[in-house]
Amino acid sequence: MILTRGPKLCNFVEWKGLKAVYRRYASLYFCMCIDADDNELEILEIIHHFVEILDRYFGSVCELDLIFNFHKAYYILDEILIAGELQESSKKTVARLIAAQDSLVETAKEQASSISNMIAQATK
Amino acid sequence: MAGGSSSSTASTPSLVDSLFQRSLDDLIKSLRSQLAGTEPVLLSRALAEIRREIRSSDPDTKAIALQKLTYLSSLYGLDASWAAFHALELLPSSSLLHKRLAYLAASLSFHPSTTDVIPLSTHQLRKDLSPSSPPHFSSLALHLLSLSASPDLARHLAPDLLPLLSPRSSPPSPLRPKAAAVALRALSLCPDVVPLLFKPLVDCLSSPDPRVVSAAVGAFAELASSGDPSPYLHLAPEFYRVLADSRSNWILIKLLKIFARLAPLEPRLAARLVDPLCDLLRRSSAQSLVFECVRTVFSGLPDHDRAVRLAVDKVREFLASADDPNLRYLGLRALSMLGPPHSWAVEESREAVTRSLADPDPNIRREALRLIMGMVFDSNVFEISILLVNYALKSDPIFANDILDAVLTTCGRNVYELIVDFDWYVSLLGEMARNPHCTRGEEIERQLVDIGLRVRDARPELVRVARDLLIDPALLGNPFLCRILSAAAWVSGEYVEFSRKPLELVEALLQPRTSLLPPLVRAVYIQAVFKVIVFCFNTYIDQLEISQLSSLGNSTTGGASSVIESKSAAAASCIADGITGIESNDGIATGDKPASLFSSMENKDPFTYESLTKMLILIETAVDLLAENDEVEVQERARNVLGLIHMLREVPTWKTEEQGFIKDNRIGEIVNLLQSMFSEELGPVSVNAQKRVPVPEGLVLEENLANLAWTLAEDDTAPSMSISFSLRSHQHGETKDDAVSSVQSTSLLAEHRKRHGLYYLPAEKDETESNDYPRANDPLLPASQGDASEDLVRLTDQSMIPRKVKHSKPRPVVIKLDEGDAVLTSPLTAVKESKDDLLSGAIHDVLLGKEGKPSSSQKRYLDKSSQRRVKDVSDNGESISLSKENLDLGDKEHRSSGSRRSKHRSHGKERHRSPQKNEEKEEKNHRNSTRSSHHHERHKHRQRGEALLNVAPQAPVIQDFLL
Repeated sequence: MILTRGPKLCNFVEWKGLKAVYRRYASLYFCMCIDADDNELEILEIIHHFVEILDRYFGSVCELDLIFNFHKAYYILDEILIAGELQESSKKTVARLIAAQDSLVETAKEQASSISNMIAQATK
Repeated sequence: MAGGSSSSTASTPSLVDSLFQRSLDDLIKSLRSQLAGTEPVLLSRALAEIRREIRSSDPDTKAIALQKLTYLSSLYGLDASWAAFHALELLPSSSLLHKRLAYLAASLSFHPSTTDVIPLSTHQLRKDLSPSSPPHFSSLALHLLSLSASPDLARHLAPDLLPLLSPRSSPPSPLRPKAAAVALRALSLCPDVVPLLFKPLVDCLSSPDPRVVSAAVGAFAELASSGDPSPYLHLAPEFYRVLADSRSNWILIKLLKIFARLAPLEPRLAARLVDPLCDLLRRSSAQSLVFECVRTVFSGLPDHDRAVRLAVDKVREFLASADDPNLRYLGLRALSMLGPPHSWAVEESREAVTRSLADPDPNIRREALRLIMGMVFDSNVFEISILLVNYALKSDPIFANDILDAVLTTCGRNVYELIVDFDWYVSLLGEMARNPHCTRGEEIERQLVDIGLRVRDARPELVRVARDLLIDPALLGNPFLCRILSAAAWVSGEYVEFSRKPLELVEALLQPRTSLLPPLVRAVYIQAVFKVIVFCFNTYIDQLEISQLSSLGNSTTGGASSVIESKSAAAASCIADGITGIESNDGIATGDKPASLFSSMENKDPFTYESLTKMLILIETAVDLLAENDEVEVQERARNVLGLIHMLREVPTWKTEEQGFIKDNRIGEIVNLLQSMFSEELGPVSVNAQKRVPVPEGLVLEENLANLAWTLAEDDTAPSMSISFSLRSHQHGETKDDAVSSVQSTSLLAEHRKRHGLYYLPAEKDETESNDYPRANDPLLPASQGDASEDLVRLTDQSMIPRKVKHSKPRPVVIKLDEGDAVLTSPLTAVKESKDDLLSGAIHDVLLGKEGKPSSSQKRYLDKSSQRRVKDVSDNGESISLSKENLDLGDKEHRSSGSRRSKHRSHGKERHRSPQKNEEKEEKNHRNSTRSSHHHERHKHRQRGEALLNVAPQAPVIQDFLL
């Protein structure tokens, strides 16, 4: 439905009483489904906001980044939206939160790998 | 699942599995490097692998398996709900890495209504939400709650949200905005928690942190737009303050959404909003905010001309933006929000809207069309329809049909209420049918026939349009048009008396290319030919009689009358109809139809013997081919026509001399008989007509039909008379059958009809009806249906709608039935609203508890909500008992009787409120109570007295803060 639409058309499609708002960045389509009385332009801005943060995080985001790190994209989205509401409008804050979580995860990973190494050695 | 069987037999995963587990990257690479067509194999193999790994006791292995499954389910749409329990197993992990994956998997795979393990997560969520756990964990738990909480989960965990929401925890939780958003979910899922969560949420509005305010405003916007907004009117001052303070567009947009819902409820609030809104409209550079302002103005304050004016100007800017299709689209959307009172706005931008019909974007075109159709009135329906139908000729097929659809529905709405000039509309229908893209044949067909039945004055034009359609051989090849042609054929047969050249019509109906039509439509064509023959002969005979009467009548009036009498006797069975041609043609009766018949006959070439013979020959050659047609409908009608022709030929005298008619009246009888069959007026039938027919005594409709076969076998030889046909027309059928059966070629047919008469309606015209057309009304119903038929006839006669006649040409009568049907829709909306009631009712309660002081406005609300509470009790006893426990004392008082409040309890309530508010209120109450007859020394007493006595509705206290 969205893919068939050309580049110069508007970014809104009506769908089963709801509205799909989409935006295309090179080969990436971002699409959100909203209620009939939501503000379409606001949603476009949220999408743009999300993409900018992704861009900042991955360094010019592309399809492969998202495919291999789909979970990270989800985490970032979680920081921006909760219960369908925009939650964090500052790019810096999101970046900081994600970075903090990542560093926590890294340390957890290191610990885990050291433990599993120990186990592996012990079982030898 | 493909891998299901293998995994169930697999042993517990060993250490080897975890050591050699494929990572997510491996999986993705293998899937991406696959050969075409092997994807299902790879997927099922990966799934089998995951099923094995996910049961591992090693959290690493489990986590990676879960991650892979999450990937597959979100990209390939595989079902992951079976792994809900495994995600749950991983939730308690202390490592953020695992926890994060587990929560992600859970939030993507849990579904509140289908996942049965959700209750098992309650404890873990509570643990993660507790203030002692790291904020990362709480944040994850909040996300899960926001996405897949069930009502039970929301109810159990609502108390755990409180510490996160509370402004008093120091330092304030960084998760407060998230908690606010989740509180919204909890509120909408489970109204019971309103007493608990509502107040903290309101407090969030006054937080210094804009993120918290944003989240709270977002939550209220959602609450106000999903249900009854009236409870939030109390919070209007808060919202207004935020509106004045906030500079964030995100917050402003949400606030405007709230105000758009609140403004219609309170005119003074709307008045206060005009200034800030106009300000925003003028100043803001953010289009999203401007658009939201426009929307708020259009939906919330349509009565404030200044704001509307400004908003309309903005919309025109939107429409004019050449490079941004989004703005053009939204501009059209915004205009369509304006109601008919503001149609001037659309008029002003008419040019831009019309231009949008040619926009490259189909969505914009559709929106423009919708907008235009919304602005159609009986004054402009003419121009707009012509414009659109002409435009449809130039546009692409899909949109052309959208346009035709829109025009057909709008014009046909509510029995053509917009149409004044039916001649014009009928010719418009003809034009639509000629549109090369037209695929809306069924609707056009329906309307053509419908107008024929309902609007008597439109019939001449209808016949003309039908003739134009029938005569065009090019239309016959288009499969979408055959339905229209079928309607045209029926119309020109049924109302043949308006046809200028019946001979030409016959030629059109029998042209060779009709073989392209589907059999049912051909059957209609042939039936129309039948009616034309009957009409032509009838007219021919009438002419002769008139000429004879004029020659004879002068000498002896008695002779003339005797002729008439003999005729009457001959056609005794059909006199009662009162509309048969002959009796009225001698000028005694001046009915509507005969008069027009008479006049139409005058300006037509009179039929001559030669022309009739020619017609008969033409018909015979064309129809002869169809007598052996495979399709039974076509065959039967062809034979009917042939039978009639043979019968007419049998009578020798009419060929020799014209005077023979009078001497040998047989032909006159035959033709009269047939004519009377067709001259009976067909009318529309009420949708409820069948319901009004009383079930005859002794008829058991639900009885097993098994013995019907036996009954049929019994009665096979004689046609069953038991079905409640019109007795009169049945007689016609019989007499006609008798007459026809004398002719050899149709005897077979007659027998067929006799044997299977059960399956046919008795009269020829009814037969046509049963094919393609809505069943027509037979005014002569048997006595058993007395009431119903009387009703119908009365309706048909009297249901001309009184309407203002401001046009030069009076609107013709449109027969309309079923006026009361519209009432049916109201219960639906009532049902829909009752669902929201629960939530807003709960919020009412809380607000009442919160504003513990009685004031006139609250009293008003009190009355309302106590009624609602009664409903609540019956609806949801459990929720009431629960909320009763949670409610604070003040609210209990309301519950008990709403008036018995003691001073110290009100005191207790007031402690929670801001002192400043308190003062203002007291002041107001003071003023009010001095007016009342009871003077008490103490404030509390005054308040109480006022609550009891001051019944006169006064302005709500809240709004007075604004003014």
